[in-house]
Amino acid sequence: MAKITIKEVEHVAELARLRFTPDEIEEFTSQLNAILKFVSKLDSIDTEGVKPTYRAIEIFNCFREDEVKNSLPVEKVTANAPASEEGAFVVPRII
Amino acid sequence: MADLLDLTIAELRRFLDKGEITATELTGLYLDRIGSVDGKVRAYVTVLEEGALEQAAKADKIIKQGDASPLTGIPMGIKDVICTEGVPTTCSSKMLKDFRPPFNATVMERLNGQGAIMLGKLNMDEFAMGSSTENSAFFATRNPWDLNRIPGGSSGGSAAAVSARMCVASLGSDTGGSIRQPASNCGVVGLKPTYGLVSRYGLVAFASSLDQIGPITRCVEDAAILLEAVAGHDNRDSTSLPRPVPMLRDSCREGLRGIRVGIPAEYFIDGVQEEVVSEIKNGLKVMQEMGAELVDISLPHTEYAIATYYIIATAEASSNLSRYDGVKYGFRAVNYSNLMEMYRETRAQGFGPEVKRRIMLGTYCLSAGYYDAFYKKASQVRTLIIEDFKKAFEECDIIASPVAPTTAFKIGEKVRDPLQMYLSDIFTIPVNLAGIPGMSMPCGFDRKGLPVGIQLMAGHLREGILFRAAYSLEKGLGLDRVWPLN
Repeated sequence: MAKITIKEVEHVAELARLRFTPDEIEEFTSQLNAILKFVSKLDSIDTEGVKPTYRAIEIFNCFREDEVKNSLPVEKVTANAPASEEGAFVVPRII
Repeated sequence: MADLLDLTIAELRRFLDKGEITATELTGLYLDRIGSVDGKVRAYVTVLEEGALEQAAKADKIIKQGDASPLTGIPMGIKDVICTEGVPTTCSSKMLKDFRPPFNATVMERLNGQGAIMLGKLNMDEFAMGSSTENSAFFATRNPWDLNRIPGGSSGGSAAAVSARMCVASLGSDTGGSIRQPASNCGVVGLKPTYGLVSRYGLVAFASSLDQIGPITRCVEDAAILLEAVAGHDNRDSTSLPRPVPMLRDSCREGLRGIRVGIPAEYFIDGVQEEVVSEIKNGLKVMQEMGAELVDISLPHTEYAIATYYIIATAEASSNLSRYDGVKYGFRAVNYSNLMEMYRETRAQGFGPEVKRRIMLGTYCLSAGYYDAFYKKASQVRTLIIEDFKKAFEECDIIASPVAPTTAFKIGEKVRDPLQMYLSDIFTIPVNLAGIPGMSMPCGFDRKGLPVGIQLMAGHLREGILFRAAYSLEKGLGLDRVWPLN
């Protein structure tokens, strides 16, 4: 199995919206490589034609009545936000 | 009054209903116990003294009216991954340190509906990721049987609190062994129910296809009572099974005669502590003497379970944990100049190392070009692991095995080596991958006096036969009800 490089780890960190110091990147790269080497043992199993399982118990068509119910009050929901104003979440300027 | 702390849910029910003790007195007793012991064990993240006494006063009224349910007035602890309205639910993470959910999890609605008392919220590995509770962002919890050792994880606080008699029972959550491994390490009973039996609504998500809430108690019957209380269909969780709540206490009394107990060769391998094997073998002998039939079985894909799990669980976690962006709730960093920097700083400062490691692994496994090689491959191997169990359950009714390869290890022993830490879940992970129920219950002690647990597994929704076997084994073993930190 190909080894994951420092550059790839930096790319994945960006995808995951994480940021690391150069020392941390180095430590993560070696730990991730050890874990990837371990999981590569799956390559030795022939899974040709095996159906993947995404849920251990399949439930299909899980319907419920479409009843109108009260939502949580806005002020109760925004109470946990780091910054809110007039019932809206405040974020840095985007455009 | 120390003996009152030893009583089980069923025993306390009689005391409470006869008026020999009030819920308020019992709650006071447990709060005092927390006050005197938790400085050493550190199981609680939040203790709710005032709220617990208010609930107790209400419970006393209900009991006086003769309207008590099985859990009315029973003091409990809740793993801090389960949402409790208005009460901090931190997941032992800096990210949610100040989060007070605006709603209750379904399991909390059901406990509150019965008039159970919540003493507080219990410590865990951050976002339930770990096997030792050392990954808590706040502090490590210690094993009541030996304070230099880990209680197991991730529900370490939940297991330690029950074992140290700082609550009668608790709820934990189990994604790869997080109820069963700490229960084994702390000498208590822990059950991961069939996937879908207990609603996950209000359980902070780690790996949604594996997560399940379950009871941690000091005896098998208590686990039955607690599971009956929280189980059952919930239309707010689309994976909740539309099945009636099982009558587990009735199953307990049915005895072991005629039950076929499967012994999987792959679970008795080199590297398993000698005393763990000998105590499990003694447990098997006891079951045989009580009329069970022992059957050798094989689960050939067991050795691939950890690798499968660490792809599936981290992939699902990386997606689930993307919600922590510093916008809607939780921590937000202060040093940023644009939105992207806000996200990255918030998550870099809010998550601990193990959570970041798993988000990174999961993101990598799901990233462009790697999906087939990792997530799809692992999901196919998951199918093979499920087929192993299906075949095995044609030859036996339950499967018995060790819970973990060793008894509780020392604090700090595996912190630097994540892979070694992952390997301690080797016998519990297959149960989550297959979605079947698995129970850990006390089976004996090693030479150092540390508890050894035995794991019992059954097919989907076969909790009844699991409780039948576990209750009989508990009686047959006849272990003394001696608890640590007297």
